[in-house]
Amino acid sequence: MKKCLVAAVLLAWLLPLDALAANTIVVGSKVFTEGYILGEIAAQSIESASSVPVERKLGMGSTGILFEALTTGAIDLYADYTGTLSEAILKQPDLKSVADIQLALAKINLVISAPLGFDDTYALAVKESFAEKHDLHTISDLARVASDIKAGFSYEFMDRKDGYTRLAERYHLVLAPQKVNRMEHSLSFQAIDDGAVDLIDTYSTDAKIKKSKLRVLQDDRGFFPVYQAVWVARKAFVDAHPREWQALLQLEGTISADAMIDMNSQADIQKWSYARIAARFLGSEAPRSQSLQSNILRRTREHLWLVGMALLFSVLAGIPLGVAAARFHAAGQAILIASAVIQTVPSLALLCFLIPLLGVGTKPALAALCMYSLLPVVLNTFTGVRNVNPQHAENARAFGLTPRQVFFRIVLPLASPTVLAGIKTATIVSIGTATLAALIGAGGYGAPIISGLSLNDVPTILTGAIPAAFMALVAYGVFEILDLLLIPTGLRKRR
Amino acid sequence: MLELQNIYKTFEDRTVLADISLSVPKGATHALIGSSGSGKTTLLRITLGLIPFDRGYVKVNDQPLLSFSPVEWAARIGYVPQEGGLFPHIMGYHNVSLIAKLRGWEKSKIAERVEELRKLVDLEANVLTRFPHEMSGGQKQRVAIMRAAMMDPSVMLLDEPMAALDPLIRHSLQQELKAIFKRLGKTVLIVTHDLGEAVFLAERITLLHEGRIIQSGTYKELLRQPADPYVTLFINAQRTVPDASEIV
Repeated sequence: MKKCLVAAVLLAWLLPLDALAANTIVVGSKVFTEGYILGEIAAQSIESASSVPVERKLGMGSTGILFEALTTGAIDLYADYTGTLSEAILKQPDLKSVADIQLALAKINLVISAPLGFDDTYALAVKESFAEKHDLHTISDLARVASDIKAGFSYEFMDRKDGYTRLAERYHLVLAPQKVNRMEHSLSFQAIDDGAVDLIDTYSTDAKIKKSKLRVLQDDRGFFPVYQAVWVARKAFVDAHPREWQALLQLEGTISADAMIDMNSQADIQKWSYARIAARFLGSEAPRSQSLQSNILRRTREHLWLVGMALLFSVLAGIPLGVAAARFHAAGQAILIASAVIQTVPSLALLCFLIPLLGVGTKPALAALCMYSLLPVVLNTFTGVRNVNPQHAENARAFGLTPRQVFFRIVLPLASPTVLAGIKTATIVSIGTATLAALIGAGGYGAPIISGLSLNDVPTILTGAIPAAFMALVAYGVFEILDLLLIPTGLRKRR
Repeated sequence: MLELQNIYKTFEDRTVLADISLSVPKGATHALIGSSGSGKTTLLRITLGLIPFDRGYVKVNDQPLLSFSPVEWAARIGYVPQEGGLFPHIMGYHNVSLIAKLRGWEKSKIAERVEELRKLVDLEANVLTRFPHEMSGGQKQRVAIMRAAMMDPSVMLLDEPMAALDPLIRHSLQQELKAIFKRLGKTVLIVTHDLGEAVFLAERITLLHEGRIIQSGTYKELLRQPADPYVTLFINAQRTVPDASEIV
């Protein structure tokens, strides 16, 4: 009875998370500074115009994931760029005008606003001093120094259609292949500061351009598509919340490139919170700032929800599977091998596989976590049941216990220490793995970790990492207590 | 009373029991004795209804085993496994009362019956609140007998009741067991490889060898009129310590 009550209270605390979601506007963002800021601006604009609660799912990932989230309804809107929409999403690079893009997106029930005012295009940049020395002003000028220039290009720039390969064609630019380094975008500024590379790709509104004293080379042949920032929203959201959408449209044409560079620099260099930057831009009070505690509390809920559900599944599915594996030899081997194979799939890869099947957000994250938490439970149940002295089961039958009673009264209690140890392992592993769920927008402690990593901001990382470690410790303690409650006393004392 | 009539049992092509018949009258104590491999464990499992057999009857009070469900049969035969066979995860009390509880007995009725049996086997009350690993060998054996007698079966079946006990305890427990059987007034079948135990506890002995009954009778009969040279061989083999007259 008491156990039921505790479970009910826990559920009641966890449930509203999803129950509320129906009446909430969910704002997403890409996982880089400008994305976070625009997401926060959108959230605050809606909040000041309406009383509908806004949920921020900021820093969900890259374009593909955001788009998936939008089409599946995991989020209602986010900020993207016209160039990205035509190239990466619509795969129709010829669509240049906002009107054309709007038309194409309407077919898949999406709506975009007019440009917000700034153009965040790709750009190539060199050190101011390097530019002086070689007299570089345009990308065409690079041809003169092409053979001995060292480049550091982001993975995305190297891989996308409107990236490096086509640029090189257009400008007849031949860089020495061994001098073109692929690197994480956030590291390329460090690399050019250190003189490790001479040329990097960047965004035209990147705060670090000023800080690192870079010169943006002019795109004299008009290669890069125009990347005007716009709001992208689900049609269903626009229809259901006209007033809130109107509030967002009022921002059209109001964010200049300079304003954006300033805001980026407030975040990247001055380390202001996104909420403060957005509030300052909107000329409003910084919203009753999501205090550290309430933030952590929310992340805790999300994280607990993920871990709790995964655990529930691993117990409900894993124990029967483990028992089946112990009972039926052939099926048993198949079950054990299958759950072991799942365990060997790298978690990021598993998440990627799941996106086409389940979209983004909580669903695929939960599915992945469930799969990972299965093996310890299955394996330990199998081992526990196998190791029960068969004589006890036979005796029980001789005393007139039905097979069901033999299992629940004798075999399962005798196997319980091993089974519980498996559940404990599954829980601790899930708490760690669940931090990756933030990569596909499922929130949890992973969210601050990822956003902190993208900003190279250790305190933010710690607001996710420390509670995650703490949760693992608490889980360990809870299991010590569960051991006391669930493992029959006769077995415990013997240890 | 317990009756086995013309029991046959083969495992694949091997005959493990052939034409086994024995009858234990109500209130009598009988020992089924044989070395390992004689088939006595198979016969024990058949009698408990745990494994099927090829031909013959097992009957308690003239009612055949096959006319009952496993649960009903278990109520007729109280089983005391080797070393007591207590479930390690529950206390003595719950070992004794498990079946009654599953049959829906009321708590007060259970407590009454447990107390009655506790006095009968002469066990200190606090032993019942211990777990099996906290009990001595003799205490485990007593708790196991209480468990077997709980549902008031007609027949008690004991598997090697003394095997795991040290010699001195064995001796005193043998006396007590005999007294307990007398007080219980049940039909008792003891399965053992130990002639001393069989002779001391049982009025009659059945010697099993290679799946067949070699001889049934009192110890005196086995000693004086052996039906087969194996009987004498078996008896002599169990006398491991020479007596005074044999020491020069």
